[in-house]
Amino acid sequence: MSHLLALDPLLRGSVTWSVFVVVVIKVAVAFVILLVSVMLYIWAMRKVIADMQNRIGPNRAGPYGVLQTLADGIKLFFKEQSIPNSADRPVFRLAPYLSIMPAFLMFCVVPIGGTVSILGHQTFLQVVDLPMGALFILAMSGLGVYGVMLAGWSSGSKYPLLGSVRASAQLLSYEAAFGLAILGVLIQAGTLSTHEIVAQQSWTNAWSFVSHWFWLKTFVAFVIFLVAATAETNHPPFDLVEAEQELVGGFNTEYTGIRFAIFYLAEFMNVITMSAIAVTLFLGGPSGPGLGFLARDNVLNVWVMPVVWFVVKVLALLFATVWVRASLPRMRYDRLMSLGWKWLIEIAILWVLVTATVQVAIVEDWNRLVAASIAVGAAVAAYGVLYASMPKSGEQIEEFR
Amino acid sequence: MTEFYRQYLAVAVFVLAAFLMVGAMLGVARLLRPKVPQDEKYITYESGSDPLPLFGQMNVRYYIYALLFVIFDVEAVFIFPWAVNVEGLGWFGLVEMSAFVAVLLLGLAYVWRKGLLRWA
Repeated sequence: MSHLLALDPLLRGSVTWSVFVVVVIKVAVAFVILLVSVMLYIWAMRKVIADMQNRIGPNRAGPYGVLQTLADGIKLFFKEQSIPNSADRPVFRLAPYLSIMPAFLMFCVVPIGGTVSILGHQTFLQVVDLPMGALFILAMSGLGVYGVMLAGWSSGSKYPLLGSVRASAQLLSYEAAFGLAILGVLIQAGTLSTHEIVAQQSWTNAWSFVSHWFWLKTFVAFVIFLVAATAETNHPPFDLVEAEQELVGGFNTEYTGIRFAIFYLAEFMNVITMSAIAVTLFLGGPSGPGLGFLARDNVLNVWVMPVVWFVVKVLALLFATVWVRASLPRMRYDRLMSLGWKWLIEIAILWVLVTATVQVAIVEDWNRLVAASIAVGAAVAAYGVLYASMPKSGEQIEEFR
Repeated sequence: MTEFYRQYLAVAVFVLAAFLMVGAMLGVARLLRPKVPQDEKYITYESGSDPLPLFGQMNVRYYIYALLFVIFDVEAVFIFPWAVNVEGLGWFGLVEMSAFVAVLLLGLAYVWRKGLLRWA
């Protein structure tokens, strides 16, 4: 069991006070990073979209309007709360917690650097390296559905109910494709620990970003992951959860003041953590060239450069999400569902079998090229048969009741 | 407590911290915000008109996806252990998993053929 040996050295021995302090420091830093980055991301998003639409965007609060998000947040603290009479009050109060906790927790397992030493303890630069890290990510993204669903249901109002039922159908559909896309990486990596996954994508030569990072080896899974993650975070073009024109505001229509702010925070935090997870799984996490003219154990190479590479990659993905938000119109609901169920899930699952065949071919010493071509051919044929035997758009079929 | 579970200590601290932070946000807001009750404020929003009684039924189509999801989620439970040990299980595991996926896709094909994945 190789992955059990790679546990975080910090928590390998007994838990002393100084170990506990290190854990608390890591948790506190992760919180600060998350909250500050959400604040900056919302500002940057508004600014970039404004530029793309030839507007000025926020420019009043702070230099270049950078404190705009903070100002909005503070304003919401002072807003009166109204819980509708028809609401289920305990659930209504619980839903914001359910929505934001998974958004926070998902960031736990994301490695943002290599192995460092804090207060004399060797530890990984991530909050925790769970042996089941990939499953933890899936579990948390699954839990996010509860917040959305219960918020809409407990409001006792029509639009939120419609919005939440529709949102849970969307989130569940893409959850399946999301999990199958992660499988592509797991087959390559052979472990569930995020630290191990990143370690296997480490930077060994100038071509590591092609040969070691998983994005090219699992290219189809990478593309499916990006689409599914966009849908999971309710990000445009998949933001049907809060389609203003049809649903007023979606599941959070009845929420006001600070509770609304928490939903808002959770939504953007999800975008950031999802980008971080995409970087971890497919783009090598903190791996990147170090400063060659310094020693390998120099503080810049150990602490700074991995974090810089991680941040650069996450920023690139975040910029792409903003770009998509500015460019694409919202999808129609039926197209959203057929994209998920008729394309992504099938392609993802067949791709899992193709990559597995190649892995097995390497172990069993078969001809890799022949095995890969047979697998791809079989997958395409399987999908073709599936698709060809399906009802055509005009075809009459017995209605389901 | 084994080494395996000790890793979750950090998760527990993280959960506690997140809980406290959200609680603090709600608590501070409770101290700061005004409270001026008026009956109209507690009516649900319905584009400005008086709300009609809440309907009790929801289109069954939404639930189909939830049911289908359960199938694919259970399937993932079976595939994950195999996926992390593909090389160890070799061609035998590959054949087994292909058969499993084929059965699963047959189920999906049935649902599709029955027209449940159509939204109109």
